[in-house]
Amino acid sequence: MAMSRHVVGWMQAAPLALVLAGFLVLPVILIVVVSFWGATEWSIYPAFLWDNYEFLFSSPVTYRVFFNTFKYALITWALTLGIGFTVAYFLAFHVRGQTTQIALFLLCTIPFWTSNIIRMISWIPFLGRNGIANQTLLDWGLINQPLEWLLYSDFSVILAFVHLYTLFMVVPIFNTMMRIDRSLLEAAYDNGASGFQTLWHVIVPLTKPGIMIGTIFVVTLVMGDFITVRFMSGSQSANVGRLISNDIALLQYPSAAATAVVLLCTVLLVIAILLRFVNIRKEL
Amino acid sequence: MGKRSTSFYVLAGFFGLFLLFLYGPTITIAILSFQGPQGGLTFPMNGVSLHWFHDLFQQQAVGDIWGAFRRSLLLGLMVMVATVVVSVMAGLAFRKRFKGSGVLFYLAITSLVIPSILISLGVGLLFDQLGFKVHWSTSGFGSQLTWTLPFGLLIMFAVFNRFDKSYEEAARDQGASAWQIIWHVILPIIAPSLIGVALFGFTLSYDEFARTLLTSGSYNTLPLEIYGMTTNVTTPVIYALGTLTTLFSLMIIALFLLTVWVMGKRRSRFGSDAGKGV
Repeated sequence: MAMSRHVVGWMQAAPLALVLAGFLVLPVILIVVVSFWGATEWSIYPAFLWDNYEFLFSSPVTYRVFFNTFKYALITWALTLGIGFTVAYFLAFHVRGQTTQIALFLLCTIPFWTSNIIRMISWIPFLGRNGIANQTLLDWGLINQPLEWLLYSDFSVILAFVHLYTLFMVVPIFNTMMRIDRSLLEAAYDNGASGFQTLWHVIVPLTKPGIMIGTIFVVTLVMGDFITVRFMSGSQSANVGRLISNDIALLQYPSAAATAVVLLCTVLLVIAILLRFVNIRKEL
Repeated sequence: MGKRSTSFYVLAGFFGLFLLFLYGPTITIAILSFQGPQGGLTFPMNGVSLHWFHDLFQQQAVGDIWGAFRRSLLLGLMVMVATVVVSVMAGLAFRKRFKGSGVLFYLAITSLVIPSILISLGVGLLFDQLGFKVHWSTSGFGSQLTWTLPFGLLIMFAVFNRFDKSYEEAARDQGASAWQIIWHVILPIIAPSLIGVALFGFTLSYDEFARTLLTSGSYNTLPLEIYGMTTNVTTPVIYALGTLTTLFSLMIIALFLLTVWVMGKRRSRFGSDAGKGV
């Protein structure tokens, strides 16, 4: 076997490289190219124009929509982190017996393998005007008339995000926690640390890589979303993804492409910042 | 092991609420899909019937649910096979550093975190400019792979990080070729993890939506069909469909878990031939 390891490596990685080249790199390059093209009402034509970007950056809608996108990402991140960390902590440090642990962990991850659309739809009977939440609150006499902001509002958008994406926090955090050397906890205990001190000064710092990976997942999923916001806000709120999909629906591809380029840069910038805190390959 | 602390019960309560939050809505629509023929989209139940399930099997006024299901099933299987093969090959490649391996790794990560709508838009534009027609089995297939392959690759990293290289070295010392090592040593050892990769490949494809939206052409996959229904169907038939497809997903998950379990059993029974003089 005289083949160099570089050749062998590339032969084995070739299918992956080809798929990524054809369905990731080329499409993204094309989006960048098309973002400089011009559009009429029914067609697009090659050109080198800055019009799409000029329009994008001069429109107040852009800033509002980007602000909304960051708002959703930030709130969803805080909630999924809080819930995800607590759940992972319970599973990793309080559940005894590996079988129970694995069973409960699986229970948390199963929804990940079912349809997101269905999981969104399933909030309707709960949140609707005559839904379970309103009925219950009325029955208890806590409110006099149905709450209107439960469904088709920022509230329902964020609720759906948390519902869909908390798993992406639980899994990496649990994974990191399971690899914490238990003797460190005993050492902390022997040195007189309280439960909370152990949690804050030992477990949290050691769990940071998992938190970072979960954060990358949640933030990018929320920032790139266009379905959840549309469906759960009843088309009343917008984020960047929706701005793009609206342009696509109107066949304004160059304008959609320009927005997509700005969104991509924003997301990559956020990830670049997050990746400074963690080495992904070491954490698997 | 001492007595359970108060914090255990608080956390257990929290965990219980989390599970309720996770599964409650799905269970709710499962119940509501048994609404009577006059029932609406929310409680109270207006009688109990199989009316809406029955409705699913009738000629549809809008869309083509069963065609969409068949397409999603086939596409899921295609994506599953491709994901397993490509991920294993790439996983083997990444065990050694090769020129450009860093770039390829970061491309795979980009593929995972890139907003789905960019794949949808970009692949749609690419096919359009090349003069190809978008179709679920070509452009849709490729777009879904950009979502499933990074997951497969990450699982392979996790697998090979824990892989004991001494098995491989033992085989090499006994004169096995590179192919024989992969085929007779590595693959059998990592087989259970491959089932995990297959599960990811199939279910992520079966439920995939955002990346298929602009790339599936005129024939919808099931999630697209369901999404279309949300805008013009206002009866519990959509809950019935949701319940059925969720049950289908659960069945698939159970099937995969069962396979892993059976393999583990077989392995512990037949795993070692040490001392048998083979």
